[in-house]
Amino acid sequence: MREITYRQALNEALAEELERDPNVFLMGEEVAEYHGAYKVSQGLLERFGPRRIIDTPISENGFAGLGIGAAMVGLRPIIEFMTFSLSLVAFDQVVNNAPNMFLMSGGQFNVPITFRGPNGPAHQLAATHSHATENFYASVPGLKVCAPATPSDAKGLLKTAVRDDNPVLVLEAELLYSSKGMVEPPDEELLIPLGKADVKREGTDVSIICYAQTVPLALKVAAQLEEENISAEIVDLRSIKPLDEQTVFDSVAKTHRVVIVEQDHPFCGVGAEICYRIQKNIFDALDAQILRVSQEDVPMPYNERLEKAVLPNADKLVTAVKQVCYA
Amino acid sequence: MQPGEQRDEVEMLSLMLLIRRFEERASQQYQAQKIGGFCHLYIGQEAVVTGALAAVRDDDYVITAYRDHAYALARGTSADACMAELFGKETGCSRGLGGSMHFFDRKNHMYGGHAIVGAHVPLAVGMAFAIKYRGEDRVTLCFFGDGAINQGSFHEALNLAALYKLPIVFICENNLFAMGTSVKRSTSLKQIVDRAEGYDIPGEIVDGMNFREVRDKVAEIVDSIRKEAHPAFLEVRTYRYRGHSMSDPASYRTKQELEKYRLDDPITRLRAQLTREGKLTNEQFDMLDKRAKETVLAAVKFAEKSPEMPVEQVYDYVYFNGAKE
Ligand SMILES: Cc1ncc(C[n+]2csc(CCOP(=O)(O)OP(=O)(O)O)c2C)c(N)n1
Ligand SMILES: [Mg+2]
Repeated sequence: MREITYRQALNEALAEELERDPNVFLMGEEVAEYHGAYKVSQGLLERFGPRRIIDTPISENGFAGLGIGAAMVGLRPIIEFMTFSLSLVAFDQVVNNAPNMFLMSGGQFNVPITFRGPNGPAHQLAATHSHATENFYASVPGLKVCAPATPSDAKGLLKTAVRDDNPVLVLEAELLYSSKGMVEPPDEELLIPLGKADVKREGTDVSIICYAQTVPLALKVAAQLEEENISAEIVDLRSIKPLDEQTVFDSVAKTHRVVIVEQDHPFCGVGAEICYRIQKNIFDALDAQILRVSQEDVPMPYNERLEKAVLPNADKLVTAVKQVCYA
Repeated sequence: MQPGEQRDEVEMLSLMLLIRRFEERASQQYQAQKIGGFCHLYIGQEAVVTGALAAVRDDDYVITAYRDHAYALARGTSADACMAELFGKETGCSRGLGGSMHFFDRKNHMYGGHAIVGAHVPLAVGMAFAIKYRGEDRVTLCFFGDGAINQGSFHEALNLAALYKLPIVFICENNLFAMGTSVKRSTSLKQIVDRAEGYDIPGEIVDGMNFREVRDKVAEIVDSIRKEAHPAFLEVRTYRYRGHSMSDPASYRTKQELEKYRLDDPITRLRAQLTREGKLTNEQFDMLDKRAKETVLAAVKFAEKSPEMPVEQVYDYVYFNGAKE
């Protein structure tokens, strides 16, 4: 094991998969000569050449569709969106072509494609550039969606996504690109299955369900709660769809109390689905209502203080945990 | 401004100086972390917005992309309101909610400040549609970069504008790069202006470092549009001196290239023209520059001491309830 950044972990995943399978290619804006807007593809052009590391014009709808078409005839494209806010320009391709093709063609065409890039609010990028898209995409049958929080998960999930025979979205976390974590040495087999949550911290009093940028937030809050004698279990979903409900249920069966902290909006957000499943399946295990901490239901303001106020934060999470713990 | 009337060139030079000094100060304040998020500077391109706006009326519609500070300033938004927006203050032109990439000023007919590349081009067509629908003689000026011309929205918008014969000038500011991608690497055509031909829209190339050339060309086109509505396309050749945004070191281009354009500086050029013609002395120029610097410094002070919007109020901006001015 060695300590590397989330960015390096993704870079390794890309390199290993490009190395392993000649049908894999990486395409997107500024991915080649500029090494990616967030430098995730550093060095890949030099190593794999312009046939496989391909810069595009600013044509998201076009190159997302190109990827889907190439996947239909046997290639395994990795399409980078500079951010998932910009994937909205390609919404039609991602939502209407990629996930529908298999069923619509009576099973003749599967679409083994990976869409990846940073997702969710970063810092003061304002309304157009702060979208958390996980709930939009997870609501579409035929798409798989994961949102890793650590370097190891980022690497393992991206590699799995590339090998999956269906469209998978890897929603990276811009604010975590420079965060560090322990990762196995370069290895073909660091594969983390989709649909497998990870308990990032064991606890007994409350389950905090989180993913992506909310995982470090939840861990920070858990440490803080420890001092107040509240033991929080941190369940990192890692993949949103498929959803590992069993790990969630096991945790809730143990703690009887749940707070979900998500980076999307409250209305029809990821947490709403999880709430539904918990109450449907293990209603009797609950000792309190389930609370959700999410973004507020407003377009993202630019002003820093307002941005902070509408995002999930430690104070909101602590308050929610105390409420469900009657503390 | 009345049709046929020309804006005073010394005043326009002074506006170019204001834009330049504003952007320099914004850059400095960004480094001091008074400004957050993405911030794109217009330095080097000043002749484009000033030239184009010198040729239109105050009630014509103007819309642009995210490199937008200069457009607001040129439309008459105060430096105070622009700087306050960058600082995220309530006194900003978008009340601190939009930030650098989303400047709006309804009163001055500045319709944004749009950060999704190409997404505002159809909006511009809609504004031109409204002009024609209401039988007005206004014109819409739609500015965008060379990077935008490969978006589907751009193509769809051009076709619609041509089909419905709408009063709009598409102004492509070709500064040779979209982020780190040169036009050669993004566009299949040899010259951008040929895109217009594909939609049967008349197109021309203009030297964007030359204020007079931009102004005269836009004036001629706008004149023709006011007589009978139609779309037109201008490829304006220009250059940005700074990186794409504050975080871009611009290592994809050479020092020599940058120097070549700096020597052709739009402000220096107009100044030289005016001086040669006896319309401007060195003392006057220095005075204008001093005034621009003072205005911008005052704007920083204004922005600093301006209030931020109280948190509860942000919810008032989700849905319009008919109560705003
Ligand atoms: C749809 C979309 N894709 C990508 C981006 C990221 N992006 C912002 S600006 C830019 C380059 C645009 O260049 P150009 O249109 O030439 O304008 P310039 O920056 O030169 O003024 C890119 C790729 C975006 N904002 N929107
Ligand atoms: Mg450009």
